[in-house]
Amino acid sequence: MPLLDVRDLSVTFERRGTRPVRAVDGVSFTVEPGQTVGLVGESGCGKSVTSLAIMGLLPRRGNKVTGEVRFEDTDLLTLRPKDLRDWRGRDIGMIFQDPLSSLNPVIPLGVQVAEVLERHQGRTRQAALREARELLDAVGIPDPARRLKEFPHQLSGGMRQRALIAIALACKPRLLIADEPTTALDVTIQAQILTLLKELVDDSGTALVMITHDLGVVAGLCDTVNVLYAGKVVERAYRHDLFAEPRHPYTHGLLQSVPRLDVDRGERLHQIRGSVSDNIPWPEGCAFAPRCDRLVDDCIGETVPLEPTFRGGALRCTNPVPKEVAV
Amino acid sequence: MLRVISRRLVQLVVTLLALMTLVFFWLRSLPGGPVDALLGERATPQTRELLTRALGYDQPIWVQYGRFLKNVVTGNFGNSIRTGEPVTEVISRAFPATVELAVAAIIIAIGLGVPLGYLAARHRGRLLDNATIIVTLVGISIPIFFLGYLLKDWLTQGLHLFPPSGRISTGMDNTDVTGFFVLDGLLTRELDASADALWHLVLPAVTLATIPLAIIIRITRASVLDVLDEDYIRTADAKGLRNPTIRKRHVLRNALLPVVTIIGLQTGALLAGAVLTEKVYNWGGLGTLITDSIGGSRDYPVLQALILLAAAVFVVVNLLVDLSYAVIDPRVRVR
Amino acid sequence: MTRALSDHKRRRIDELIARTSEPGGVSLLRDAGRRLLRNPTAIVGGTIILLFLVIAIFAPLVAPHDPIQRFPELTQKLTVDSIPGATAGHPLGSDPLGRDFASRMIFGARQTLFVGVLATLIGLLIGVLLGALAGAIGGWVDNLLMRLTDVMLALPSLLLAITLVALASRSTQWTVIIAVAIVNVPIFARLLRGSMLAQRESDHVLAARALGVKRRDIVLRHMLPNSLTAVIVQATLTFAVAILDAAALSFLGLGDPDINRAEWGLMLGVDGVRYFEVRPELAYFPALAIILVALGFTLLGESIREALDPKNRR
Repeated sequence: MPLLDVRDLSVTFERRGTRPVRAVDGVSFTVEPGQTVGLVGESGCGKSVTSLAIMGLLPRRGNKVTGEVRFEDTDLLTLRPKDLRDWRGRDIGMIFQDPLSSLNPVIPLGVQVAEVLERHQGRTRQAALREARELLDAVGIPDPARRLKEFPHQLSGGMRQRALIAIALACKPRLLIADEPTTALDVTIQAQILTLLKELVDDSGTALVMITHDLGVVAGLCDTVNVLYAGKVVERAYRHDLFAEPRHPYTHGLLQSVPRLDVDRGERLHQIRGSVSDNIPWPEGCAFAPRCDRLVDDCIGETVPLEPTFRGGALRCTNPVPKEVAV
Repeated sequence: MLRVISRRLVQLVVTLLALMTLVFFWLRSLPGGPVDALLGERATPQTRELLTRALGYDQPIWVQYGRFLKNVVTGNFGNSIRTGEPVTEVISRAFPATVELAVAAIIIAIGLGVPLGYLAARHRGRLLDNATIIVTLVGISIPIFFLGYLLKDWLTQGLHLFPPSGRISTGMDNTDVTGFFVLDGLLTRELDASADALWHLVLPAVTLATIPLAIIIRITRASVLDVLDEDYIRTADAKGLRNPTIRKRHVLRNALLPVVTIIGLQTGALLAGAVLTEKVYNWGGLGTLITDSIGGSRDYPVLQALILLAAAVFVVVNLLVDLSYAVIDPRVRVR
Repeated sequence: MTRALSDHKRRRIDELIARTSEPGGVSLLRDAGRRLLRNPTAIVGGTIILLFLVIAIFAPLVAPHDPIQRFPELTQKLTVDSIPGATAGHPLGSDPLGRDFASRMIFGARQTLFVGVLATLIGLLIGVLLGALAGAIGGWVDNLLMRLTDVMLALPSLLLAITLVALASRSTQWTVIIAVAIVNVPIFARLLRGSMLAQRESDHVLAARALGVKRRDIVLRHMLPNSLTAVIVQATLTFAVAILDAAALSFLGLGDPDINRAEWGLMLGVDGVRYFEVRPELAYFPALAIILVALGFTLLGESIREALDPKNRR
């Protein structure tokens, strides 16, 4: 049985005076215990909203969430907000993109780590602080005893993200959701944080949902990958299959637009035409159609279904990239 | 930290001296100078000359200025023109009344304002929120002296709930210890005097609190809404913390930062509002003193001292507010 | 391999894209204006101000009588403890001098507008000038000007106004206007200076400087216009404070001594409170008018601020 089973998840933004916008449109995917699953796509594709919807962190005002988010046997979407708080932090941890703004500026770091232990494991403040020191040590923060008393602005960006990881993993959750955890960091620090994440989830058997726009992160970390476009999964595959034979023209374009060392100098980097503002609505055809190199008549007119491929993969395309053309 | 404080203190003293200098030269630049202002235009040349010499106005301006500065520094502001008493005595007699009124008003404004603003933010867009917004808007648009008359008319003449004016009932046998009547009553165990003074305090304090209250509500509400949108609140939610914990530990502390600044600025509004409120309720504090010194012939010695006092209180309170910031916000703490 | 795309499908794509995407290149100002018109708060505020302006401008046409004419039929009935209420031809009755109160209320709009607008404008002009000087020149000019604003801000605003009027040898309508204006000078000066300083380091100013644009042109064409939006918001809010301060000065006996002047603050602060127990309407009407107009300007100012805030876009 999968640890997390997201079925037909949709999120609609309903703001007064504007058209409702469907940010996530029937997304389904599963995460097995201990597995690392990537959600990949460019900004605005709905990947972050998906993660917030799973955690129940979207403000209730103005957001309509439908579908199912089954965590083991429980549909998290049916829980009362108050009960969902028992799961968050204990069974599912989450880390965010901007480590500075994600930490409270006026509370010492130690308390911010300790409070999650006090909440879910009934520790006293003192015991929790002791444990917090070990946690900070485990995520590679030097001199943790001193850091406990310091405030977020006194730490470097990498340290802050390590602290957030320590908070998310404090109660040894079975699932960790990481929403672009390295985007706000320097390149050298990015690698350190990714290595740390990989070690930690491997050691503890925690499953990881990695949300990123960076295919490099996916290549280094994920077991399976879901490629999102305009709120829908357009392709799903094992990491090796995806990199070896991307079938969706969008995935193909993404992979080709990564700079590579093994091509001749002077060769232009591939780019995907246009931007997300050129999308057409899904019910009218494939949202990617206006930007697609392989656009044909059948792409327009009706919704393109997500069809299973092999080894649990899936593809939403009428005119996919033939296997032999793969990179 | 100490260096910051001492630098601010020097800056503060310079500001106050500059203010007094401006007032000094302004008075000297009036047509006819302060003597005309004091005596009016119909005084005889003899009296005019007498007063000019008595006040030292026949000496060169820089000598006058030097003496003026020395007097300001030593706290010697001369005698009141109206009563002839030393200015410091006149002011220290009126001082407790205004402090009592202002403290009561600020207690009302903070005590009601912060919770109301917080509640409005939590119920954003709903009835309570909208009602609060409308009330606060009217609160800052109403001339408070009019509000004072209105309250007096409804609650004293009509319903006899509160006394219409003064600080204490005539005939009340109260012992004057500190000049704060409510406090005096408690100190001397004359509880009836204390209660009576408190009873007199209610309407003026409410009147004076109106504007600070409205502003504190608005700032608190806006600030709480801002904080609720912050990423670290999302983190706290992701940790599964319970709502009361999030509110107390994560929302309130951050949201109160801008409120503290506003409270400092509102002490200014209180000083100005006291002038109006005290006139409405015949309170007999510094505000009444200001009104009395500008009515008819102007009592410049008293006025000068009052201006300095008001400015000093205002800038010192704002300095204290800035310092208290360092206590609640670690980011401004000087290492 | 790939089949050609038929024309009608191509047209369908264009049609769908056109339907979903917003019209491109919406300027910040036009966008703000659109949000302003959608905001009910702004509409209420705007309507109040418009009504106020119309009454002020057309006062002679709207008012039934001359505001300074004393009517024998009213003066006859005046006593120490009774002022006649509504009678035929005088819908709001008499003021304490036997003048038509309704006409005075209507003409009051005009005088109140005059005091409020002038006090705001004078304060704005001087403040903006000082702030722009400080922000554009910097150095000791900036230092001196800012210390000066420190001194002015050391007194709470109404107290400063009281001080200014009290220190003037005698009070006229202009004393009040100028005192209230001066109180607002440091506020505008600081606002403009702060905004100019923030912009001096901003990318668009750096870009202009890199392109060799003259310093004067950078200040006039690039920095000032951007700072002015904040000034406009502040001016709208200042208007409300200005008429409230003018009323307070009148109440303290520091107002305009001209007994013929019909201005709401004056009517409320002098006759309104003096005859409060005899005829409270003399206070109620001008007070209500002041509250409404102050409310109108506050509502409009706040909604402009909200509309211009990039955080509220979309």
